Amino acid sequence: MMQTFKIFRYNPDEDKNPYYKTYQVDVQEGMTVLDVLNEIKWKLDGSLTFRRSCRHGICGSCAMTINGLNRLACETQVKALGGGTVEVEPLRHYPVIKDLAVDMEDFYKKYEAVKPYFIAGTSPTDKERYQSIEDRKKIDGSYECILCGACTSSCPSYWANPNFLGPAALLAAYRFVFDSRDEGMGERLPILNSRHGLWRCHTIFNCTICPKSLNPTWAIGELKKKVISEKY
Amino acid sequence: MVHEHDVVIVGAGIAGLYAALEASRSVDTAVLSKVFPTRSHSISAQGGTAAPLGNMEEDSWEWHLYDTVRGGDYLGDQDAQEILVREAVEVAYELEHMGCPFSRTGEGKIAQREFGGHYSNLGKGPVRRACYAADRTGHAMLHTLYEQCVKKDVRFYTEYFVLALLMENNVCSGVVAWDMRKGGLHIFHAKAVMFATGGYARAWKVNTNALSNTGDGMSIVLQAGLPLEDMEFVQFHPTGLYPSGVLVTEGARGEGGYLVNHEGKRFLEKYAPAKMELSPRDVVSRSIQTEINEGRGIGGKGYVHLDLRHLGRQAIMEKLPQIHELILKFSGIDAVTDFVPILPTSHYAMGGIPTDVNGRVVMDAKNTPVTGFYAAGEGACVSVHGANRLGCNSTMDCAVYGRRTGRAMARFIGEGAEKNTLPKDALERGRTKVEGLLAAKGKESPAAIRDELQQTMMVNCGVFREEKLLKKQLEIIKSLQGRYKEVEVGYKGQRFNTELLDVIELGNMLDFVETIVVGGLARTESRGAHYRTDFPKRDDGSWMKHTLAWKTDSGIKLDYKPVVVTRFQPQERKF
Ligand SMILES: Cc1cc2nc3c(=O)[nH]c(=O)nc-3n(C[C@H](O)[C@H](O)[C@H](O)COP(=O)(O)OP(=O)(O)OC[C@H]3O[C@@H](n4cnc5c(N)ncnc54)[C@H](O)[C@@H]3O)c2cc1C
Ligand code: SF4
Ligand code: FES
Repeated sequence: MMQTFKIFRYNPDEDKNPYYKTYQVDVQEGMTVLDVLNEIKWKLDGSLTFRRSCRHGICGSCAMTINGLNRLACETQVKALGGGTVEVEPLRHYPVIKDLAVDMEDFYKKYEAVKPYFIAGTSPTDKERYQSIEDRKKIDGSYECILCGACTSSCPSYWANPNFLGPAALLAAYRFVFDSRDEGMGERLPILNSRHGLWRCHTIFNCTICPKSLNPTWAIGELKKKVISEKY
Repeated sequence: MVHEHDVVIVGAGIAGLYAALEASRSVDTAVLSKVFPTRSHSISAQGGTAAPLGNMEEDSWEWHLYDTVRGGDYLGDQDAQEILVREAVEVAYELEHMGCPFSRTGEGKIAQREFGGHYSNLGKGPVRRACYAADRTGHAMLHTLYEQCVKKDVRFYTEYFVLALLMENNVCSGVVAWDMRKGGLHIFHAKAVMFATGGYARAWKVNTNALSNTGDGMSIVLQAGLPLEDMEFVQFHPTGLYPSGVLVTEGARGEGGYLVNHEGKRFLEKYAPAKMELSPRDVVSRSIQTEINEGRGIGGKGYVHLDLRHLGRQAIMEKLPQIHELILKFSGIDAVTDFVPILPTSHYAMGGIPTDVNGRVVMDAKNTPVTGFYAAGEGACVSVHGANRLGCNSTMDCAVYGRRTGRAMARFIGEGAEKNTLPKDALERGRTKVEGLLAAKGKESPAAIRDELQQTMMVNCGVFREEKLLKKQLEIIKSLQGRYKEVEVGYKGQRFNTELLDVIELGNMLDFVETIVVGGLARTESRGAHYRTDFPKRDDGSWMKHTLAWKTDSGIKLDYKPVVVTRFQPQERKF
C-alpha cells in the first residue's frame, strides 16, 4: 500500500532553514519505520541521513520523533501508526547535525558526569562478589538503558534548564547506587544532590516515553529518598 | 589532520573495549568506531557467555575445551582453544568485579544456564556453563566495559570510519579514517594498531546482524595485501525469526523450547536423537533446512515452528523477557500462546584476520607476524571456533582475546617500540576511496547490487553448498564487482554523508565474499558449518588445515597451514 512519509530535512551546509520533504513508499506487511527510511535512502533519495545499527531495538541508534512521539524507528511497525501520513522528525532539543541525526555530545557529557561506572571500595576475591537474587533484582529496570536519548529529549525540566542532568543520566546513577556491590555513593551523592541534579526533576513523567519501558521518573524518586536518608 | 597515539584500536565492541581497558593502563590508547561504542553489534548478544565456573554443578576447563574442539569439528587450534577456556574463568570474574550485572544463583553466585554443545564429562550430559544477564548478556558486558573505559578516560573517536590500513614492508604505522559527521580525512599514527571490527553477516539476505556488520576490517586487510583465514566457515544460526532473520537466542532451546515441522513432529529425533535441540548449531541448522527443502516447512513454506508454550508464562517472562518482546514486536506473535516461525539465519564469522595467540596478525602459512598490527574478536581468527562456533564462546573469545591483545600491545610498546614512518601516500590511500566515489558518475544503483549479492549468497553459499552453485556465485560476485565500478553517490556533501559510507561498505562486502566462495569451492569436504552436498564427509586426510586467502589482481590466491592439535585427536562427531 502506498503511504506518505513527511520527513524533516536540514543540511546546515546547504539549507537556510529546515523543511519537510514528502516521500511515497509502498509499505509491505511487517515493515517498520526504519525499513521505510532505508527504502527511501536506497531507492529514492540517498541524501537522507539517519542513524541505525542493530535494527532490533537494542542499540539505541534510531531514536527519533515519529508522529510526535519519541520512538525507535526500527521497532515501530508502520501499521501500528494507524494509517495516514507518517511524520518523522529528529529527537527534539538536541542540535541537528543533519536531517534525523542529532548531536548527542551534551547527553553523553551528562551521562559521564554521574560517574556511570562501578566503584568498589574493597578489593575483590578471586571469585565473584556475592549478590542475592533479590539484590540483583533491584537494578532491573535500570541496567537495560540503551542510551537512546528519547527520555531526556522529552523532559520539560531539561527544556527549561539545559544544565539539568536529565533522566537518562540519573537512571544511570540509579543503576549503580542501587547495586548492592557498589560503594560509590559518597562520590556520587554531591553530584546527584547538586543544583542541576535530582531536585530539578519535577516528576512530570514525560520520560516514561522510554522505548524500553523503563521508568526514569520512578528511579529518580527512589534516588531522592536514598539521598535524603543518606544525608540526614 | 594527523593524530598521534601509542595504540589505536578500531572497533568498540567487546573485543575492542577490553583491549582498550588493558592497553590504557600503561600506554596512550585511542578507540575509533563508526558507531557510538554501545551501539556496536556486541550489544545484541543475548544468551550468555561461556565460562566453566561450575556454579550450578561440576564443570571443568577440560570439558569446555573438549566441547570447543569437537564443536569446531577439530579445525580449531587447540593451543588457542585451551587459552580461551582457561582464561574464561578469570575473565568472567573480572567482568563481575567491574560491575557486570550477571543474573544470580540462590547463593548469590553468577548464574549459569545450558546452551547447545555444552556438555559435562567429555560430551556426556548437558552442563550449565553459560553465564548470563537475563537475555541481555552482550548488553551487560558491553556497557560494563564502556563504563570502565569512561572511568579510565580512554580517548574515543566516535563516528570515524576507517578506510585503509597504513602498512609498508610488513610494518604497520596507522590507519586513515573519515570523520563521518563533519567529513574530512584523518590519519591516526600509532605504534600499534588493532582491528576489532566484528563480523560480516550483512552479506546475506536473512541474517542476525546489525546493519553496520559489513566486514569492513576484513576487506581493508585484504586490500592491504594480507590474507584472511578460514573464511569459508560461516555460521548459520538455526533460529532466526521468519522472515527478517532477527535472532531468537539458543537460550530459548536451552530453557526447553522445541522445534516442530509441518506434521507437528519434533524432527530432531531423526537427525540428532541424543542431544536433540541442544546439538551444535550446524547440525540443527541443517536439520531445519532439510525439513524446509523436503516440503515439511509449515504449510510447505520456508520456516518451521519453535514451540515455547509449554515453558509457561512465568518462565518465559523471567528468563526470556527480551525474546518475548522481540517476537511480539517483529512478528506480532505472543510466544506464551503461539508458535514462533523460524528459519536458519546467517550469523557469525568463524574465519577472519589471522592472528597468533597474542593477537598479532600473521601474514603467511609460516605465521610470520606483521609488526605493530593486531586483531581480535569476530573479525579475527586465532582460531578458537574452528569450523563451527559453540554458543556463548564468541563473547568470551572477544573478552579473553581482546584482553590478551590489549596486554600484548602494551608490552610491545613497553619494550620500546617506536612509531613507524607513515607511508608517503598515507592520505592518498583514503582520498582515492572517498573522492573516487564522490566523483564517479555511473548508472548502477548500489541498492540493486547489494540486494543481488544478499539474495544470491543466501541461495548459493548458504547452509548447503555444492560446486555448481559456488561457481555460479563466483561469477555473480565478479559481475557485481564490475558493476560496482559504475555506481554513483548522489549526495556529494561532506556532512554526515551516510550514502557514501553505505557505498564503501558495499564495496567491502564485495571483497571479502570472494574469499568465502573461493575457499569453499576448494574445500572438497564437509566440516562444521561448511557443508558440501557433493562431498558430505569430513576428509581429515586432505583437509585438516586452515585456508589462507589473498586478493590478487588475478583473483583469490589460496594457501594452507596446519591445525594445532594438542590434547584431542580428531574423531567422528555424533550428537
Ligand atoms: C543477535 C546476536 C546474538 C548473539 N548472541 C551471542 C551470545 O549469546 N553469546 C555469544 O557468545 N555470542 C553471541 N553473538 C555473537 C557475538 O555477539 C559477536 O560475535 C561479538 O559480539 C562480536 O564482537 P566484536 O567485539 O568482535 O565486534 P562488534 O561488537 O561487532 O563491534 C565491531 C566494532 O567495529 C567497528 N567498526 C567496524 N568497521 C569499522 C570501520 N570501517 N571503521 C570504524 N569502526 C568500524 C564498529 O563500529 C564496532 O564498534 C551474538 C550475535 C548476534 C548477531
Ligand atoms: S531510559 Fe529509556 S528512553 Fe532514556 S535513554 Fe535509556 S532507553 Fe532511552
Ligand atoms: S537500530 Fe538499534 S535501536 Fe534501532
